[in-house]
Amino acid sequence: MAINPIAFFVFGGAALAFSMMVVLKKNPVASAFSLVMVFFCFAGIYASMNAHLIAILQILVYAGAIMVLFIFVIMLLNADEPTFDLRRTSNVVKAGAVAFGLAFVVMLAIVFKKSNIIPLNAGFSSEEVIKLGGNSKVLSQLMFSKYILPFELTSVLLLAAIVGAVAMAKRKTGKSS
Amino acid sequence: MLVKRDLKPLAHIYLIEIIKGLAITMKNMLFARNVTIQYPEERRNYSERFRGMHYIKATNGVENCTACMLCPTVCPAECIHIEAGERPDKEKYPVKFEIDVLRCCFCGMCEEACPKDAIKLSTIYEMSQSKRTVFSKDYLLEQRGHK
Amino acid sequence: MDQIELIAMSAKIALVVVFLLQVVPIMVWVERRGSAWMQNRTGPNRVGPLGLLISLCDALKFFTKEDRTPGHVNKFYYTLAPIVAVAPSFITFAVIPFASSINIDGHVIQFQIANLNVGLLYILSVTSISVYGIIMAGWSSNNKYAMFGSLRSTAQMISYELSMGLSIVGIVMVFSSIELGQIATAQGATLLQLGPIAIPKWGVFVQPLGFLIFLTASFAETNRLPFDLPEGESEIVAGYHLEYGSMRMALFFMAEYINMTVASAFIATLYFGGWQLLPGMTFILNHLGLEGMGFEWARVAFELASFSLKMVFFLWFFVWVRWTIPRFRYDQLMDLGWKVMLPLALVNLFVTGFMIYSGVI
Repeated sequence: MAINPIAFFVFGGAALAFSMMVVLKKNPVASAFSLVMVFFCFAGIYASMNAHLIAILQILVYAGAIMVLFIFVIMLLNADEPTFDLRRTSNVVKAGAVAFGLAFVVMLAIVFKKSNIIPLNAGFSSEEVIKLGGNSKVLSQLMFSKYILPFELTSVLLLAAIVGAVAMAKRKTGKSS
Repeated sequence: MLVKRDLKPLAHIYLIEIIKGLAITMKNMLFARNVTIQYPEERRNYSERFRGMHYIKATNGVENCTACMLCPTVCPAECIHIEAGERPDKEKYPVKFEIDVLRCCFCGMCEEACPKDAIKLSTIYEMSQSKRTVFSKDYLLEQRGHK
Repeated sequence: MDQIELIAMSAKIALVVVFLLQVVPIMVWVERRGSAWMQNRTGPNRVGPLGLLISLCDALKFFTKEDRTPGHVNKFYYTLAPIVAVAPSFITFAVIPFASSINIDGHVIQFQIANLNVGLLYILSVTSISVYGIIMAGWSSNNKYAMFGSLRSTAQMISYELSMGLSIVGIVMVFSSIELGQIATAQGATLLQLGPIAIPKWGVFVQPLGFLIFLTASFAETNRLPFDLPEGESEIVAGYHLEYGSMRMALFFMAEYINMTVASAFIATLYFGGWQLLPGMTFILNHLGLEGMGFEWARVAFELASFSLKMVFFLWFFVWVRWTIPRFRYDQLMDLGWKVMLPLALVNLFVTGFMIYSGVI
């Protein structure tokens, strides 16, 4: 699963730049479009790691479905006015945010360095995956045999979220009418 | 408005209807006669009584018109302007005979009113010009079309 | 990658790009001539033989028109939108196999630009991102009619993507692969032997309902009639490309036709055997008396021809349907998508699963 360093830096750098734009753009639709670009960069990183299935799913699910709905909601709610203006916040808050961010990154680095969960040799190597018949086959077989319980539990969780959303939406209209 | 239609049982699926429709368009494409007229090369044949561009009939090189003013009187669009004059042989004739074609509605009443069979409407229908179209007497006298 | 493979790859890319670019003017001509013939008219017949050069004049007109940006638009996204609309249409064709592979001096050359093992999902994901061009155009135009058009288009595409995806799952179940090359190869098997006539295991014979759903959904995905709601002259002026002119407008136009081409290629690959030879072609090929490399090249040529014929038929079918069926009303469109197509796709899935379980297919 070695990744070409050029691809990593190109896609990773672009992902960082676009994520900055997500935060800094004033227009919510524009930041949503930047977020789509971030997903594409992620997909690029996955693809250069030979994980084509994950890359495609990233685009299909996140960029193709979820973000479209996001943009729909933003457009329909007409959320043009920024609720948070960086220029008006005090310098103390800004400094605090930067310090917290840095501390968080340092903490993450320490945790990853100390822990031994980095799956460098765990799982499958790319040669093994190709021998077994490609990414999608291996992944689907694992998902529907070894990890069937977590998979089904996840779908139940999503179902619960949908039911909850419907219930909340319904109660709101009941009050107003 | 919702209209309840009584459809045959299978018509609800629309599939057969769509195939029928496709067959109709294909039949039209392959077998139906083409109705387009290739205009500059082919012309439509209009009836003899078609009311197109005006002309003034002349006999022996002299216009039939005697400037009796019947046509400007009857004209509903008021597009005919005549200035009368006299010839040496004491006959009335139009010094000026103008038709403002932009106002003309091609009703043909001038033709009906004319006692001398002078103003007539030909079958010519190509009258587009780049200037404001007022036909002068000389232009009207060029014998266009015939009846 | 050595020299032969490099040359082959460049040739393939050039072939596909040139083909997709050429499809647009030719299809515009076909659309105009075809509609004319169906309505007992003649259509454009003045410029060039049979009026074929009319599209060239159209292109020239688009290029020479003033490229004007209205003052009230969001300039960056306004400029970006046509590009975003046209790019996915081009890259979709990368995974479609247009002939089987050939062996040149030990190099296996596949007639497919990228042999991804997730080919089907790739096409689905690229079609799902083609929504962005339309959203961007509608939003950046800063015009309510353009916005309505883009919202309609997006809602329509999302609704029909579901049934489209579900109908494809049937194909995946039958041929147990999501690699387009493998699906095309698997369709060469014989389904039924009726005396001398062998019915091949084409997708349309094993998934007739799935084929109908997919066909309908692909009409909706390409925004073609009877589902051309995003552009309604009588309701929302022109739809999402309302504020566009000259070549930018033409890019949206191109995107529509290239999407049509890709959809036709996709239908041909999934349901009509892809590059599998048409009936009768095998007989001709075997009686040409060719051997060795000559035979191989002839086979590839025949396969290319079969694939193109299938694709051209469906391209023509798009035009044919456009001039036959009147357009839907918006609520009818949504009803059809959610209340008819989606349940039917689910039924199709269950039936397919049962058939596979009982060993019929």
